[in-house]
Parts: sequence; C-alpha cells; structure tokens
Amino acid sequence: MDDRTIGRAAFLGLLGAGVAGLFVTRDVGNTLGRLLPDGPAFIPGSSGWRIYTIGNGLPRIDLARYRLRIDGAVERPVTLTLGDLRRLPAAEQTSDFHCVTGWSVEDVRWKGVRFADLLAIARPLPGAKSLRFVSEEVPYDDSLTLAQAAVPDAMLAYEMDGKPLSKPHGAPARVVMPRMYGYKSVKWVSRIEVRRDVVPGFWEQRGYDADAWVEKSNGIGV
Amino acid sequence: MASASERGSGEPSPSELGRPASAARPRPARVVRFTRTERALHWIHAAAFLVMLATGLVLYLPDLAAEIGRRNLVKNVHIWTAVAWAALIVAIVVLGDRRGLASAWREVQTIDRDDRRWLARAGRAPQGRFNAGQKLNTILTAAFAILLAVSGFFLWLGERDHTFMLDGAGTLHIALTWASIALLVGHLYLAIVHPTTRHALRGITRGTVREDWALRHHPKWKPERESR
Repeated sequence: MDDRTIGRAAFLGLLGAGVAGLFVTRDVGNTLGRLLPDGPAFIPGSSGWRIYTIGNGLPRIDLARYRLRIDGAVERPVTLTLGDLRRLPAAEQTSDFHCVTGWSVEDVRWKGVRFADLLAIARPLPGAKSLRFVSEEVPYDDSLTLAQAAVPDAMLAYEMDGKPLSKPHGAPARVVMPRMYGYKSVKWVSRIEVRRDVVPGFWEQRGYDADAWVEKSNGIGV
Repeated sequence: MASASERGSGEPSPSELGRPASAARPRPARVVRFTRTERALHWIHAAAFLVMLATGLVLYLPDLAAEIGRRNLVKNVHIWTAVAWAALIVAIVVLGDRRGLASAWREVQTIDRDDRRWLARAGRAPQGRFNAGQKLNTILTAAFAILLAVSGFFLWLGERDHTFMLDGAGTLHIALTWASIALLVGHLYLAIVHPTTRHALRGITRGTVREDWALRHHPKWKPERESR
C-alpha cells in the first residue's frame, strides 16, 4: 500500500459503507437508536417525533367552534363538540408509534374514545365497511375498515402524554392506530364518514398500502 | 515558533499574526494557496451546506418544525438548494481549473509518512500545502457530501414511489448530518478561533497567505509567490 492508496481507500471505503448503509434494514437503525441515550431524544429540541404535514403550516382550528361529524352510512348522523367527546367513555393506553419512514416513538400515553363507543351513537347501517377519517388538513384523509377500527388499541385520541393533544400532534382529536404505520393515524380529524366501501387515502393514492400493518406492509418485513 | 534570529532582532515577530502592518514596513510576501476554482468550490459548498443544514433541522426537529411551520416551503428550499449545489459543483469542475483540482485531489488523498506521524503525534511533522488533518477533513467532507446527496435523493424519490424507499436512507442522512456538524465545528474553530491556524482563513477568502506563515506551517510546500 503506497501513500496514495491510504487516502483513496478511506474515501472509497466511506462511500461503500455509506451506500451499503442505504440498504441496511431499519432494524439496525433502530438498534443504533436504542444504543444512544434515549434514542433521538438526547438531541436538543427533539422528542423523537417528526411533525409531518402535507401543506404549509398547521391547520387553524378554533377549539370552541370545533365539531366532529359522524355521517355517511349511519342511522343517526351526529355532530359532537369537544366537550361531547370528552363526556364519552374514556379509554387510556400506552403504545408505540411507528412511522413508515423509519422512526418510532415508544411508550406514548394516549387518552380518547374507542371507535365502538363513538359508533354506538351514530349506529352504522348494515353493509357499512369502513371509517374514512377526514382531516382539517385538506385534502388529507385515510380509512380503517370496521374490523381494523375494532382492535383493542385503536382510538380517537384527545390527550397525549397526560396533556390535551397539542396542535402539531393533531389537536383537538386524532386517530391512534399503533398496529399500523403513522399515516393511518389521521390528525386534526373533523369528520368520520362511515362507508360501504374502502376508499384509498391520501398516501394510498401515492402507492402506500391501505392495510399498513407495522412490519408487514409497504415492503417492510414482507 | 519564531527562529532565534527573529527573536534577537527586535523586529516584530512574524508569529504575531493579525497585526495591522505598519505603513513603514513593506508588505509581507504572500504566496498563492487556493486558486479561484478551489475557492469557488469551497464557498458554494459552504453556503449550500448551511442552507440545507438550517432547513434540514427545521424539517427534522419537532420543536423547530412546530415553531416555523410552512413545512412545504422549507422542504422545497432544502431540495432546490441541493439541486443548485449539485449543478454549481459540476459547473465549477467543468468550467474551472480542472487540472489544478485533479492535482489538489491527488494531494489530498496522499497520506505520506510525515502525515501519519503528524496524525499520531498531534502535529509534529513537516507538512505540505495541506496538513494531514486538512486532508482527512477534505476526504470526509467529500464522502459525506456525496452520501448526503445520494441518501437525500432516495428520501425524495421514496416518498413519491414507495419501491425506492430504502431502509437506511433516513438513518444515514441523519447520521451524516450529525457527523458533518462535528466536522464543521472543528473546521470553524481552527479557521476562526485557533491563533496559529486562523491565518489560513485568508487563503480561502483571498487566495493568498503570508509566505513566512506558509513556511512555518507547511514547510514541505513549494508555493508560488503572489504576482503583484
């Protein structure tokens, strides 16, 4: 090895290792993340969350005038205020949040309403198949089938980590579906449309899986 | 490290850098350290890096993201800066002093015995135009820039078409960002703060450095005198 090759080997070696790193599974990334103190949270200003929006800025929602509409294939379309929502039977859970782009936040505490309790008010008609969650961040929407929405840890949340949901996290109400990638957990939900079919959501129209099970969809772990 | 004769002469020591030259004294001899092509490359890269670092941090850190909002605008600035960066780098290489760049790059990649001694003994071995630390910094910066561009491209593409979403692209992009920040901090310290090295800043801004400084810090380098 002469003098020249050392520097060249360092340069090419770095490039090679980096390109290999592109294809290394995200599990390695997550393992590395766990080795660092508190994962990404040790970085100032970071809580591990990345706030993704599809538009510029966050939707402006006046909490006093906020209404959640449940309509479509239901016996009784209803409109709920935030107060109405909070008076429904509350559920709490601690669950992990996984983003399809590879980051995760562990042990998030949520409080909200199970979909069964929400639907008990509006009463889906026979043949109802899915819930389409419409965000105030137009034109974001996504759906869960009734069966998916009935899993024990799915909810419409209005509290996170013991505090009212913050604006970046979807205030005043968002879907929480820990078993699926985060794009299914629609933020800033203002309408739940009960449908007899399943329509592709915002990201599903762009090639992402509708059944976005963590580690079993979107080309990950399959 | 002024020589004995300088110390005995009563003249101001050349190691007292940054002193305004007195009107009576002749202008110190200067030598060319960086060509216009090299300086253009450096500053285009520096400017683009800082814009992408700032916008990247807004995209990445939740507190900043929530504070600034306007994610799409920030994202567009980030991506178009990357495009402009790549185009300008290619343009400078194609239109600039290509032979000079190629020979500088050869020089950077050559880590000779003195360089290895310099690295092992924290700076006690004669150095050429670039010392071993500068060589390593250049190699790392070049490799990081290419990898940031590649991983960033796949982040962009993967969002559009999921088949191109590579598992490690995000992790790599972020890891390279933190590594680049560490490099930048060291680079800025040596270029702006550290007394014996900060004269080098003149080389990358105006192209020339004082001959006596060059002889002292880069004795193996045979530079050309600045043409007056």
